[in-house]
Amino acid sequence: MIPRTMTYAFFAAFLAAAPALADDAHVVMKNFDFMPMQVTVTAGTTVVWTNQDGEPHTVVSPDGLFRSAALDQNDSFKFTFAKPGTYKYICTIHPKMVGIVTVK
Amino acid sequence: MTDQSRRGALKCLAFGGAGTLFTLSAGIVAPIDLAEAATRKHPGTPLFLQISDTHIGFNKDANPDVAGTLTKSIALANALPKRPELVLHTGDITHLSRAAEFDMAAQLLGGLKAGALHTTPGEHDVTDAGAEYFSRFGKASNNKGYYSFDQHGVHFVALINVMSFKPGGLGALGDDQIAWLADDLKGRSASQPIVVFAHMPLWTVYEPWGWGTGDADQAFALLRRFGSVTVLNGHIHQIVQKVEGNMTFHTARSTAYPQPNAGDGPGPGPLKVDAGLLPKMLGITTVAYQKHPNAARLTDSTLA
Repeated sequence: MIPRTMTYAFFAAFLAAAPALADDAHVVMKNFDFMPMQVTVTAGTTVVWTNQDGEPHTVVSPDGLFRSAALDQNDSFKFTFAKPGTYKYICTIHPKMVGIVTVK
Repeated sequence: MTDQSRRGALKCLAFGGAGTLFTLSAGIVAPIDLAEAATRKHPGTPLFLQISDTHIGFNKDANPDVAGTLTKSIALANALPKRPELVLHTGDITHLSRAAEFDMAAQLLGGLKAGALHTTPGEHDVTDAGAEYFSRFGKASNNKGYYSFDQHGVHFVALINVMSFKPGGLGALGDDQIAWLADDLKGRSASQPIVVFAHMPLWTVYEPWGWGTGDADQAFALLRRFGSVTVLNGHIHQIVQKVEGNMTFHTARSTAYPQPNAGDGPGPGPLKVDAGLLPKMLGITTVAYQKHPNAARLTDSTLA
């Protein structure tokens, strides 16, 4: 049986070694808008888009960095932003819908 | 009037519910009663069919059975007294660009008793950047999406305006396509009737909902010299028409679900209506030509 102190030491070492992971950021598509329209995240964060409209939407980077499939109601899409920068995206079914992810 | 044409005329009246015929002659559009039109000589002229926004794969409240309403629309087309020479599908064949949806659509459209099917994609058809759509329908245009052909003396031009969206923008044709169109129309007699078909409205119906094509004016400049131009679009799931000189613009109903009138709500989503009203808002369009003068007659028919 492993002594409790050793178990604690093991976990402490594990946690210290693991990188600090930011929580996912969430964007929803509601009433033909990306909400929030602009999110700011730290590099390495995953953004999760969820469609709450009865009409499908897509999440597409005009620069070709990411492209979702057509997302039906309740479908979601995620992308992890590794590098800092400003990333604009649109819905290609309703291109009036524009969103921005700012990565610091 | 012979017995034959009277029977045909009565058939014309029998289905389609409220039907309005527009004749375009020398640039003037005159709405005429179907009843009055039926007494005219029934055409030995060819008939073309426009079908649009079938959205195979859609299954929400506004219509849980789009395959069923498409089947009914095809039955309506098959009951026409004259077999259409060709069929133009003005896009949004599928709802989510999925292979199974394209398969089902092809299967159902195969039931049309008409000539060849010519298509142009909607934005719902190319959410995968066009992979599925072009693998099935790309041949006519060498995967470019734009192409043209002649039938019965009419020049048909398919344009694609759902691939080059800019953020916040309307549909777009792009410079390559406009250059191609200029070349395609060069040297053609101004008296040849032209039919242009594309998914999104080529003229601006309602900018806040993206109902328009940003660079279409360049296309109109090329088309304006022709004596008879009919522009057939879809996308908005309701009929809007206008005439500008010798150009008639027409958007078709969907066979799947209606959409709200421009500005009526947060956006152009499916509109749920009472079950009894739905078939009155879905339908097909036929286009007939009289040779002298080159008049295009558009007839919109509904399922009920």
